[in-house]
Amino acid sequence: MSTGGIVGRSVPRLEGRDKVTGQARYVDDISLPGMLFGATVRSRIPRGKIAKVTFGPGVDWDEFVIVSAKDIPGKNCIALIDDDEPCLADGTVNHPEEPILLLAHPDRRLLPQAVEAVCIEYEPLPAVFNIEESEQQSQIIWGTDNVFKSYLIEKGDVDAAWEEADYIVEGEYTTGAQEQLYIENNGMIAAFDPQQGVTVWGSMQCPYYVHKSLVKLFNLPGERVRVVQTETGGAFGGKEDYPSVIAGHAALLAMKSGRPVKIAYDRIEDMAATTKRHPSRTRHRTAVSKDGKILGGEIEFTIDGGAYETLSPVVLSRGAIHAGGAYYWPAIRIRAKAVATNTPPQGAFRGFGAPQSLFALERHMDRIAKVVQLSPVEIRRNNFLKPGETTTTGQTVNEAVDLGKLLDRAMQLSDYSAKKDRFARENKESTRKKGIGIASFLHGAGFTGSGERYLSSVVGVEGCADGTVRILVSSTEFGQGTNTVLCQIVAEALKVRYENVSIARPDTQEVPNSGPTVASRTVMVVGKLVLSAALGIRQTLEASGLLGATYSPEEFRAAVRAYVAKNGNFRSLARYEQPEDIVWDEQKYRGSAYAAYAWAIYVAEVTVDLTSYSVSVDDFVALQEVGRVLHPVLAKGQIIGGIAQGIGFALYEKVIWEKGRMQNGQMTNYIIPTSADLAPIRVYFEELGNVHGAYGAKGIGELPMDGPAPAVINAVEDALGVPFNSIPLLPEDIFDALTNKREREKLSHVTGDHR
Amino acid sequence: MSESPPNRAKCEISLQVNGKVVAVRTYPMERLLDVLREQLGLTGTKEGCGEGECGSCSVLVDGVLVNSCLVPVLQAKDAKITTIEGLAEGERLHALQQAFLEFGGAQCGICTPGMILAAFHLLSKSPQPTTEEIREGLSGNLCRCTGYAQIVEAVAEVGRRGAGG
Amino acid sequence: MRARPAEYELAAPGTLSAVLSLLAQEPGEWLPIAGGTDVMVQYCAGRLPSRKLVSIWNLPELRRIEVTPNEVRVGAGCTYTDLRQHEIVSREFVLLTTAAGWTGGIANQNRGTLGGNVINGSPAADSLPALLVYEAELILVSAKRERRLAYGDFHTDYRKTRLAPDELVQSICLSRRFSEYYAHARKVGARNAQAISKVCLAALGRLVEGAVDDVRLAMGSVAPVPLRLRETERVVRGRRIKAELIQLASKTAAAEIRPIDDIRSTARYREAVAGNLVAEFLERLSIAGRQHE
Repeated sequence: MSTGGIVGRSVPRLEGRDKVTGQARYVDDISLPGMLFGATVRSRIPRGKIAKVTFGPGVDWDEFVIVSAKDIPGKNCIALIDDDEPCLADGTVNHPEEPILLLAHPDRRLLPQAVEAVCIEYEPLPAVFNIEESEQQSQIIWGTDNVFKSYLIEKGDVDAAWEEADYIVEGEYTTGAQEQLYIENNGMIAAFDPQQGVTVWGSMQCPYYVHKSLVKLFNLPGERVRVVQTETGGAFGGKEDYPSVIAGHAALLAMKSGRPVKIAYDRIEDMAATTKRHPSRTRHRTAVSKDGKILGGEIEFTIDGGAYETLSPVVLSRGAIHAGGAYYWPAIRIRAKAVATNTPPQGAFRGFGAPQSLFALERHMDRIAKVVQLSPVEIRRNNFLKPGETTTTGQTVNEAVDLGKLLDRAMQLSDYSAKKDRFARENKESTRKKGIGIASFLHGAGFTGSGERYLSSVVGVEGCADGTVRILVSSTEFGQGTNTVLCQIVAEALKVRYENVSIARPDTQEVPNSGPTVASRTVMVVGKLVLSAALGIRQTLEASGLLGATYSPEEFRAAVRAYVAKNGNFRSLARYEQPEDIVWDEQKYRGSAYAAYAWAIYVAEVTVDLTSYSVSVDDFVALQEVGRVLHPVLAKGQIIGGIAQGIGFALYEKVIWEKGRMQNGQMTNYIIPTSADLAPIRVYFEELGNVHGAYGAKGIGELPMDGPAPAVINAVEDALGVPFNSIPLLPEDIFDALTNKREREKLSHVTGDHR
Repeated sequence: MSESPPNRAKCEISLQVNGKVVAVRTYPMERLLDVLREQLGLTGTKEGCGEGECGSCSVLVDGVLVNSCLVPVLQAKDAKITTIEGLAEGERLHALQQAFLEFGGAQCGICTPGMILAAFHLLSKSPQPTTEEIREGLSGNLCRCTGYAQIVEAVAEVGRRGAGG
Repeated sequence: MRARPAEYELAAPGTLSAVLSLLAQEPGEWLPIAGGTDVMVQYCAGRLPSRKLVSIWNLPELRRIEVTPNEVRVGAGCTYTDLRQHEIVSREFVLLTTAAGWTGGIANQNRGTLGGNVINGSPAADSLPALLVYEAELILVSAKRERRLAYGDFHTDYRKTRLAPDELVQSICLSRRFSEYYAHARKVGARNAQAISKVCLAALGRLVEGAVDDVRLAMGSVAPVPLRLRETERVVRGRRIKAELIQLASKTAAAEIRPIDDIRSTARYREAVAGNLVAEFLERLSIAGRQHE
């Protein structure tokens, strides 16, 4: 394998061999000597007081370890932003499935019946289950007004825009909850030692988040808490904050029993109890000129956070900032709020608020197009952000992105115009209506605003005795390619062989805090730090005289060996510094929200079969500008995987709630696409580079989640001539809408109304 | 304190797993999945759903693809079982494993063992499958990471190379 | 996994007569388990009430297909894959093998059995409407006797059948008189594979001199049992297929079925789709008829 040109090439996945041979060890593959198994007793009601706990017959309770809130040594909370979520309910419960007690036993098979045998009596309180009920405030279930957080983003003079407008277009759009459905359920193993403290191993995205929460839960100094990530079978945000909950539970049982404890959920429990995507409601009111230019608008963006705050303020933030999308808004007012309901707390899911607000916006753009009588293409082209213009938060677009040209290319790749015309003609005589729809959007990579500065990520690169170098980050691999791409970056930077770069397992005892593995920041932000740290290794070797200005990979390896032989393992650290041009005002919520944006145009072609009212996506074009593609196979895999989830979000994945409980929490009834459901997805990249990202890369993990749903629903409207403003859109919903339309048409025929 | 129902008897079951004959002493209604993972230490076969929907637990029993979470071990008595651990020959990866690596067929890897065995089974019946046949043949194996495209590419390539057997 | 294997007994006597003896000795005590694609799902969820099971998996007397000049006898222990791979079954009973290909993924088709589907009596089972239109007959066996029953009489109510506590289904007998009929099947589910049906149709039709000489329609997921649409058949039989007939048949079908709202779908959707599926069948039958002329 040659050096140089490693970045940009599809090198082998670092841990790939273990994955294809079944050697990769996920948490439920691991056992420790003397290990017990743990299980969770959960609330069966949405809200109320715990009146009585009885340990029922048929179970030998002496054999069980039992933990309740009073066993918690530190603070009974899951430390995250505000500490409102209890680790274990203490007297009151606020959502179905809320954890109340923990049980452990050496025989895993005894636990389900033991959990069933714990009888809890409640004094129920009235509960609130959706945004509207929460807003009514007839029950205050959180804080003083059920509102976790709100933001106001303002730019320009919106009220003047109403005066100028030729059209005022309104719309309301809603999205449902979505389950991440990583194929590996949540799991943790914990051990407790009175001297050494707490150690946990498990499936997670953010070791230092878990670390922080265990420190608080156990009231221990940081050095006495150790968190280690095991091979993680998918995450998508669903393992950003929830691992702190299950880790806390396993650790409490380990503390009480003096033995290691594993808690591994089955699918039923994981679906019922863990976080999902925040349901949303977005209301748009837009002032538009008669030649189709947006003059200004108001957006009200509301998300349902469930019973506790968890990450809702951050999801809200991203959703609110993305609510204006890839367009120029001379004036805008965005009012965003996250409200509480008595459902299991919602959390992170790929896109993190942006898929919700961008669904609304991109549907609304098609509505505006209809009102103004322009095509969906023209309305977008008229309003695209251009270099030098400012976003809704006042950030200047300072890269040479040409969305009009991107749109042209997407139109050509998808054969949009010809197809749109042909479908319109052929649909008249067919029971299979075809349509084509567009979404144009952006996604900001990295933490919002001052977030990266607050994280103050640190990375290390280490020279090892055998002459290889090792990356030290807390950034985790869960399929997206962290290990591979970071090693590529270092190999490229140092001009050494990819095989001679390794990456340490994320273990808080071994690696510095490079921040959570979220927000599409790993390649861009952490990668850039890793590059910098790697160069520090080279500098050290040069300064020591062991390495010349030019060298071969073998010479580099020899130099490292020699240095380590003389001085021991050596490290180079790099810490994040906010670039000077990224300035953010947290109070006014204005400024440069993200260091970089990726831009995309997606085009979906659908068929609606009027026999079954089902939608199939027949062709999908995904064109995106991503800075630089560091690994073509991985990048393509991220886009296609994200689009599959986005199509699920649009057409398949419905969470059926009843009184705060998910009713369809099994893979039979929660529908994600199988291999037989997805038509080929065509992926194209453009590269403008990015000064703030490693080798010019921008974050791309979440971008593909934002576009598919609106593109697909825009296509369905094109096919049927009926607008749909709520997802998931199921065949039953299409049938209901078409029947209502027929009823209305019949009625208007009878009464002679004009529409 | 009343007792749980009395334990039934265990039985001795002989299986051939990845070419090796093994004897296990276990309950007849123990799932084949759990016998493989917990008693034989072959943790390559995974549990994703416990209801035969996700295919992560797929293994071959006498050359036939089954979901091992739905097989009582007694029914696999004397059968020849192949798990993911049995596919490579020592250090030499099977063509499917190689292709998954080349085409990005594995991301998080949790569905991968079942997916590769399902592909292996498909190729044993249909050595040069069309894309549609691949998609149908793998439709019982759910993947959340890849959107399937690169998995299908990998399997198609192995079919083209005639290397499935 | 929410069941405790230690609490369960699984007997595997190995022959049909030994299983039948066991069922005769303790009727109602032993739950037969074939491929397990239904029983094991309940078991894993901790919702299987029976603690004693008897394996009927791979019994040679049940897992075979006998072909006679007038009849094909499919052993109840045949898997969906067995059906799909059998040349005569896939040629002459295409509705059955098509439904077999819809049932779960390949792994579940390799284990799920036709007999299991029949005994389960789920109205959503894909293969049962096919058995109704083929007017299958069941051979039921116990230690003391063997009897033959029209499959159409087998289901009495939601998941209830005429199977006696000491009986098993031995075979499903399919008359070979339908191979010249036009056959059409369609399943509407939440996705293209691994979906429990919302509505499914199995249909056979025969035109003679442009009129419908015979038609058979059966649907799944639209009633407590798999349903033969006899009223709709009556309306269609003897008539020429024209737009008005198609509309009438469609409406009759929608009225004849008794669908419910459930976790998968709604009654009104099912009614509409059922009507659409019947219309689609008649349109295709009409086209096939014209092609013959």
